[in-house]
Amino acid sequence: MSNHPAIRDPAWVRVALIAAALAFLGLFLVLPLAAVLAEALRKGLDSYARALAAPDTLAAIRLTLLVAAIAVPVNVVFGLSASWAIAKFDFRGKALLVSFIDLPFSVSPVISGLIYVLLFGAQGVLGPWLAEHDVKIVFAIPGIVLATIFVTFPFVARELIPLMEEQGRDEEEAALTLGAGGLRTLWSVTLPNVKWGLLYGVLLCNARAMGEFGAVSVVSGHIRGLTNTMPLHVEILYNEYDFVGAFAVASLLALLALVTLGAKSALEWVHRDQLAATRRH
Amino acid sequence: MIDISNLSKRFGAFAALDDVSLRITPGKLVALLGPSGSGKTTLLRILAGLDHADGGAVQLNGLDAGTLKTRDRRVGFVFQHYALFRHMSVADNVAFGLKVKKGPDKPNKAQIAETVGQLLDLVQLTGLAGRYPQQLSGGQRQRVALARALAVEPRLLLLDEPFGALDAQVRKDLRRWLRRLHDDMGLTSVFVTHDQEEALELADEVVVMNKGRVEQVGSPADIYDNPATPFVFQFLGNANRLDAVVRGGRALVGPWTADAPDIADGPAVAFVRPHDLDVVPGGDHAIIRHQVVLGPTVRLDLVLDDDITAEAIIDRESHARLNLRTGDRIGLQARRIAVFAAP
Repeated sequence: MSNHPAIRDPAWVRVALIAAALAFLGLFLVLPLAAVLAEALRKGLDSYARALAAPDTLAAIRLTLLVAAIAVPVNVVFGLSASWAIAKFDFRGKALLVSFIDLPFSVSPVISGLIYVLLFGAQGVLGPWLAEHDVKIVFAIPGIVLATIFVTFPFVARELIPLMEEQGRDEEEAALTLGAGGLRTLWSVTLPNVKWGLLYGVLLCNARAMGEFGAVSVVSGHIRGLTNTMPLHVEILYNEYDFVGAFAVASLLALLALVTLGAKSALEWVHRDQLAATRRH
Repeated sequence: MIDISNLSKRFGAFAALDDVSLRITPGKLVALLGPSGSGKTTLLRILAGLDHADGGAVQLNGLDAGTLKTRDRRVGFVFQHYALFRHMSVADNVAFGLKVKKGPDKPNKAQIAETVGQLLDLVQLTGLAGRYPQQLSGGQRQRVALARALAVEPRLLLLDEPFGALDAQVRKDLRRWLRRLHDDMGLTSVFVTHDQEEALELADEVVVMNKGRVEQVGSPADIYDNPATPFVFQFLGNANRLDAVVRGGRALVGPWTADAPDIADGPAVAFVRPHDLDVVPGGDHAIIRHQVVLGPTVRLDLVLDDDITAEAIIDRESHARLNLRTGDRIGLQARRIAVFAAP
């Protein structure tokens, strides 16, 4: 088909388009990535390893993993329930719910962080009550978790809603008439049908949860070794002119992005037939 | 026995079902026939427990269906687009209803495999147990859906437009096959269709629905021969609609007269099927505007007096014998005329 002269673009057009795409990728993606790695390894592998083994850095890595380990499952549950409700049922306020799900995409992360400070901070609405009961949210791990959940909650839902809407509710109704209960239907019919979409949603959600800077920066308080996540730690090290340390941590974050992308591509490749059949992604 | 009494269901301002009462006899194959929006699918879904009525009641074998959950109704439902589980093989689709059973009825793996094998034999898909739905043709998917529904030994089999998405030849074969299956298994079945030919061919009893109401219930022959309303008459086949005047139990319909025993004097409407019109030599009732050969028959597009258009269908032999040409003036005789009070 593509060899048909009538629909084949001239060679120079193809070459120019491919070159432009590659140059763009190189300039904005490969070059910065290479720079990060180069800076991190400027003083050799030893200093790279030492920079990563610093106690504050290890604490930041642990905190980031902890936050992601809480935020991602919470958003999977939320995303599944929201998309299930939106795609399979009709109710009043459905359109409103859909817009609310998009809110974190349209609001600057710094604002979302600030909202938590206004709510839970010492001068905030719930501040006095929290102080009385000795609950710390802002400038502590709960605040970071909350801000991260807020910023990442659209990813799973946004991935699943169109998929579930497209599939309709016929299969769930069929399961119902065959005697399956609600949970059984969810587990045996709904989830298997959306597993790829769910997986993409989890990957994207995880990448954002680990990489989030703005919202977390506002609520964290930047206490080294306690409330610093990896992106915040990168900034601190950089501002202290510890370039090797900063870029070493940055390289880990970049690695995470690459692993995420790699995992997504690998999944797409392994299941290419199935994906082609359902015409998604 | 299924007893449906005074069922109503609204979707916003739209009345999908409007005071529907119906009784379905065990062992019968019943067609719900009507145009889209007539409420037939809504009725089917309420029987299955997939929708809930706003008013009225359904009794399944003496039990109020309102108190029964979908899963406890023992109703097999075949969806219009089959709704096969796309990530499961044919065998797993059929086994689903058996696997989700709980308590003492729960069959073991060997029993499930045996039942699935029998059902696949029954629907003639023995070699395809390992296939996935997207690898099957429409007719095969339909039969998988049927086997899946039959696996739970339903007391009542419901089919929503069972042949709607199939091409003509497959549809014909499947119809006959379904009829045999229904008889062999002693099922009570209800299917929804908008195709009058399908309803008349397949069903023991036809329920004609329109705008959320039941227009008429009867055997196919009864419904076809004695339509109770103008809607039923027109829906069950082509019809020429003519104005009529009733006087003393007789109706004047164009050049003809017909019995109209229970209709009050005054204007009325009459219907004549195209194949109930015969061309007679030497009359002067209509002009042939156009003729179309349709296989063994010929359709004549006619203009009667007062510019009323009508259709007649005659067989090829009569057409040849009468030597009819476009523009000829012909005499017409109506074998059957149905007269209804003016709406």
